Amino acid sequence: MQEAMIKRAKELLADGTVNRVMGWKKGEFAYDITPAVFDTAEELEQDFVCDDLTQANVSKYLIKESRKEGRILAFLKPCDTYSFNQLIKEHRIIRENVYVIGIPGGPKIDVEKIKAKGITGILSVKNEDYTLKIETIYGTETMPFYEAISGKCESCKSKKHVVYDELMGEEGDVLDSNRFDMVEKLENMTAQERYDFWRGELSKCIRCNACRNVCPACTCESCVFDNPASGISQKAAADSFEENMFHIIRAFHVAGRCTDCGECSRVCPQNIPLHLLNRKFIKDINSLYGEYQAGADTTSRAPLTDYKADDCEPSVVHERGAE
Amino acid sequence: MQVNNDFQPVIVAFCCNWCSYAGADLSGTNRLNYPANVKIIRVPCSCRVNPMFILRAFQKGADGVIICGCHPGDCHYTSGNYYTRRRITLLYSMLDFLGIERNRTRLEWVSAAEGAKFAAVMNSFVDEVKKLGPNRRLEDLRCRKQ
Repeated sequence: MQEAMIKRAKELLADGTVNRVMGWKKGEFAYDITPAVFDTAEELEQDFVCDDLTQANVSKYLIKESRKEGRILAFLKPCDTYSFNQLIKEHRIIRENVYVIGIPGGPKIDVEKIKAKGITGILSVKNEDYTLKIETIYGTETMPFYEAISGKCESCKSKKHVVYDELMGEEGDVLDSNRFDMVEKLENMTAQERYDFWRGELSKCIRCNACRNVCPACTCESCVFDNPASGISQKAAADSFEENMFHIIRAFHVAGRCTDCGECSRVCPQNIPLHLLNRKFIKDINSLYGEYQAGADTTSRAPLTDYKADDCEPSVVHERGAE
Repeated sequence: MQVNNDFQPVIVAFCCNWCSYAGADLSGTNRLNYPANVKIIRVPCSCRVNPMFILRAFQKGADGVIICGCHPGDCHYTSGNYYTRRRITLLYSMLDFLGIERNRTRLEWVSAAEGAKFAAVMNSFVDEVKKLGPNRRLEDLRCRKQ
């Protein structure tokens, strides 16, 4: 796949369709794949990477990139196209300035899951017939592919590209995913259990703001959490309240716009399951206001900027069974 | 849980200027009783209530937060309270999801003519929050008054 992508990117650069390519390259470590912009065929040949470890969603970078001179080529996985489409809908990306090639999605590998097996000093990871061959500085290790699948791919919602100029590989379908299972499990707990669960998770937060910075839906030019007058800007949470507030508000600000791409949980250095908060909102919106998938189209109204005269009252929350 | 009978909760009520605030006024002029625990904050429309306001109220020591607005269809700004309804439903559901007692939050539609309803709502809400005791799950320890 990687060779085919480089070849196609070179063609498009050569015939002048685009003047830059948005892709990925190796980061500080070989398994640490980072989004990058390539200007020339030589750079592509040298650094361009797209393998089983390439998880990053590049949609957010295209906000800035699409406002520069000329067209940019972007490779988008199915889940990334939802974010991209949502950004078009919000008039954040200039569509004409981006040439989108849809590439097949995951399942991708989460290197953290390999590390969790006690494998360290990783130099490279190769997938050979659904067995991972992991070269480390201590020798070669193997582990089954399915044990290292990243969290966001485990509950994949769609293999369908919702927007593209050209497609590599075959067109996929929207999947029947199990992504709300964990949310349901939490909902069925008692209030005390839920409280304890979230205290355990959110108290790990170091307020690095990675979840906010990576989120393709968080695109405000100035953020409420950067407001010096708010008393909560640029500092670690001092109290359990601040942890709760940051995460409630972060999830609330993307409610109805979150495409469930799973980037927030992927980048969290503390492994907090942040996507559960977003999914709770998605699940509520689906059940109370009708099925809605952010980014699936560019014309429908987002649930929170819309209403019906016979919407349910907030008392539905209080009427839910016993505590 | 042991119920402390002396416990006097602090209730923050966000009241819309056009309906509920006038409703509160009417309940006053009618000499109807409602508890002094209720601190009213006047907002131009229930839609003005940012989720952050609600969290901030809990942070600064509120034990319960209630939002009052015009009845759906009666909004002074045509549709503000419809947006409130969706927004606040989702927020309350999220607070519940995080394990915050769900009866600490409420939304009621009170028109300018419903002075009696305003007093009744506040009485019942204060009773309910009294049963729950002080807000401990969504408080800021630095703001605790003691």
